[in-house]
Amino acid sequence: MKQILLLQALVVFTINALSAQIKIAGIVKDNKNHPLPGASIAIANSYDGATTDSSGAFSFRTTEKGEHIITASSIGYNTFEQKIDIDKEPIKLSISLKEKLDELKAVMVTAGSFAAGDSKRAAVLSSLDVATTAGSNADITAALKTLPGTQQVGEQEGLFVRGGAGYETKQFIDGTLVNNPYFSSVPDIASRGRFSPFLFKGTVFTTGGYSALYGQALSSALLLESIDLPEKSEIDASISPLLAGLGTQQLAKNKKSSWGINYSYVNVSVYFKLVKQTPDYFKIPQFHNGDANFRFKTKRGGMVKYYTTFSYGKLGLRRPDIDSLHLKDAFGLTNYNWYNNLSWRENLGNGWKMNLGTSYSTNKDNISQQIQDQSNQPKEFVNGSYWMQNKNFGLQHRQDLSQLRAVFEKKLVGISSVRFGSEYWYSYDKSFIHDSLYKLIDNYTSVFAETEIYLTNDLAAKAGVRFENSSLIHKADIAPRLSLAYKTGKDAQMSVAYGIFYQKPENNQLYYSTSLGMTKAAHYIINYQKMTHERIFRVEVYYKKYENLIKTIPAINYTFGFDNNGAGYAKGIDVFWRDKKSLKNFDYWLSYSYIDTKRDYLNYPKQLQPNFVANHTASVVMKRFFTKIKSGFNFTYSYASGRPYYNLIINSNNKYFIADEGKTKSYNSLNFSAEWVPSIGKINAKTFIVLFASMTNVLGQNQVYGYNYSYNGMYKEPIMPPAKRFYFIGCFLSWGVDRSQDAINNNL
Amino acid sequence: MKNREFEFAKNVKSGAMALVILLMLTASSFAQSDKFTQAMQKNIQLLDSAKTSEDLAAVSSAFERIGDAEKNQWLPYYYASLALTTVGWMDQKVDKDKNAEQIKALCNKAEAIEKNAEICSIKNMAATQQMLVNPQERWQTFGKEASTALEQGLQLDSNNPRLYYLQGMSLFNTPEQFGGGKTKAKPVFEKAVALFKAEHAKPLYPQWGLKQAEDALAKCQ
Repeated sequence: MKQILLLQALVVFTINALSAQIKIAGIVKDNKNHPLPGASIAIANSYDGATTDSSGAFSFRTTEKGEHIITASSIGYNTFEQKIDIDKEPIKLSISLKEKLDELKAVMVTAGSFAAGDSKRAAVLSSLDVATTAGSNADITAALKTLPGTQQVGEQEGLFVRGGAGYETKQFIDGTLVNNPYFSSVPDIASRGRFSPFLFKGTVFTTGGYSALYGQALSSALLLESIDLPEKSEIDASISPLLAGLGTQQLAKNKKSSWGINYSYVNVSVYFKLVKQTPDYFKIPQFHNGDANFRFKTKRGGMVKYYTTFSYGKLGLRRPDIDSLHLKDAFGLTNYNWYNNLSWRENLGNGWKMNLGTSYSTNKDNISQQIQDQSNQPKEFVNGSYWMQNKNFGLQHRQDLSQLRAVFEKKLVGISSVRFGSEYWYSYDKSFIHDSLYKLIDNYTSVFAETEIYLTNDLAAKAGVRFENSSLIHKADIAPRLSLAYKTGKDAQMSVAYGIFYQKPENNQLYYSTSLGMTKAAHYIINYQKMTHERIFRVEVYYKKYENLIKTIPAINYTFGFDNNGAGYAKGIDVFWRDKKSLKNFDYWLSYSYIDTKRDYLNYPKQLQPNFVANHTASVVMKRFFTKIKSGFNFTYSYASGRPYYNLIINSNNKYFIADEGKTKSYNSLNFSAEWVPSIGKINAKTFIVLFASMTNVLGQNQVYGYNYSYNGMYKEPIMPPAKRFYFIGCFLSWGVDRSQDAINNNL
Repeated sequence: MKNREFEFAKNVKSGAMALVILLMLTASSFAQSDKFTQAMQKNIQLLDSAKTSEDLAAVSSAFERIGDAEKNQWLPYYYASLALTTVGWMDQKVDKDKNAEQIKALCNKAEAIEKNAEICSIKNMAATQQMLVNPQERWQTFGKEASTALEQGLQLDSNNPRLYYLQGMSLFNTPEQFGGGKTKAKPVFEKAVALFKAEHAKPLYPQWGLKQAEDALAKCQ
């Protein structure tokens, strides 16, 4: 009996195998009702299924019977599942797949910001781009000046963004503010930034409308994100007629931690002998720079990074005095700067992230200014002519900044998120000038929150608010920020941004009065962007409204009063195009900006176009690498239309008026640089060599940034660079072991 | 047929019942694995004869379905990803990044079952295809990823001919001044061909590459 049952089972099994297959057919569409080709249909836990054709249709036969789960999936869409009963033909299915919210695919809130660096998908410039932009000489600020919205200001350091002064752009490293991002400068000569582009893996340059996570910058925030761990251990050296440097970077064997130390010495005496400078340098500029870092990965995949840099520099130069044919102004500067940054980034689990940061910096400038006669002897002015007396002074200036910052982020549904946090800055500023002591202490606190909401892959909103309080001026403010982005097509999107931005008055104003309020700017931005891997096109129009700008109240004998009665506006358009595709190995970008801006601030008697603003600016940057000769050649052409200049003096009614005004000639500069990389691509090369040479203002065009006026206003003198051209030549070496090739070759 | 089985069954002693049950069980599991073998063979044939990207994508999905149903076989995922690397090599219009992401996702599924040199060869190809979009700019990221995959593969199986073939191709296509070229590639291809000739691939296991390696070696002469 048992045997018969068993045999019956066997028979049933055979019949099943031979039984008729059932046809399943249908169509797959996306949520916009467009057919979805290439979607995969499957019966779960069976081999049966199909792929949709170009019309989204599919059809297959199956031997499965009964209740099953059918799935439909396609990249970028949520997988569809449905229970079906495979019983009898025909089975017709109509499936709709919902698009997955995806950070890589989703629209990005980009109005007002240029993301740069290697880690960002919206990279506009990488750190290598910064180094190979002709004219930049590896200075981040100089390279950013080839982007639209910036001015070609050469007589002061800083980024002058969309009608804003240099001090209205702030730099942040890993979230914390950098108090002295540039080397201390000499009047009428811009100085370089302190930080090398190779310290950073990502840079976001916001030309306006930036996030609520940052504040105290009326125009723009430059957000720098330092690299985590280096790729390998190496020793680096640099040699040039201008500088020599040595350093090392050591990566632990388990690739979980690293440390590094670098030192460089800059001395331009040889260079100044070869290339004549207009000023007479009685103390040749010399700088000692040292930095060190320590970084490690935490157990949970977080990152702790410490970076410190110390620099000491001195210089002295003499220029003819503007009020006298026989006298000279001698300016001397000694600077000490120490910067420290410690940050900790951690994943707390459950969609929580934490970013902690602390930084401490101290900067000391000892400045001396002296009137000298033809034989370089000091000249005293005892009576009268106080404008000459005031040119003899010594200034000791110390600036300290300590900061604490904490930001928490929580992932919400999909890819939406909320961020919030707080900052505390303790700043100490002490000046000793003309036998007077000025001291300022400020406790600045802020609390901020921001949420980024993705309604679909095509529509995102970012809303934030920032509360700020400064103890020094006893003022608190609330700054709202809002931006929206909408995907208009493949790789294309529109964004709008709005925000209120506050900034404390400058310390040299607060010395005289602390009963001032925050200066204020409102930004309105509309942006269109089309971006593929190799091409970027973006155009942005903006309107900015300034309120409560600081005005100077004329008083007697060089003491000033200040109030918040200034105002102004800026409006304009920025256009950017980058193309790496059209010509092989050739990369170029074009920037153009138009701006219309006026401000009534400082000693301006009415709303005037600021003297650092040119209405039209344009840059063309070109880079070409020739693999055959392992060399790259780079050209940058920058243009700016003429800038206004004014001689503003106090009239008999004790009011400022325009005694003279004019417009400079337009600014033109063609810059060139080349690099030769003989060891590129050499497997197992123990030494990596880069030879680099550059030249600014190749065509030797006269560059006039503005005019200085004599006290009586009878004489004006153009402000020009200390030399027509700047040349650089250097050799950079690194010895490192990249073991990835060894393993392969050992097996041969 | 029914009668014959009945006749046969009648002659079986009841004491042998246990044996019969055992045999039946083995047969059913054979039938099961036979279904796998047949499906794999059929799709490997389809893969070999596929001409268009659509064909290849369909074969890839078919392999993926087999992998999803089997749950403990890495070969279906391997072939699913191999089909997509072929798309990456021959279709110049396809989005290489998207395609490579899909390949790597399949490799991850395969590696969750078993880590081996064959999967590393696929990962090497996916990264290489991404690198080739813009070699100058992507050399440091995807070029490194490709060589890491190769290195890992050789650690797992230092005699895998396909890895040597791929390494040879990478050298062959790298300009001489960047440390590549025919003379550098030649010994690698020679080693690959020798290993291919010595290879005894298990049924269903990957065995492609000998002809490609021989052709490439001929170009180095």
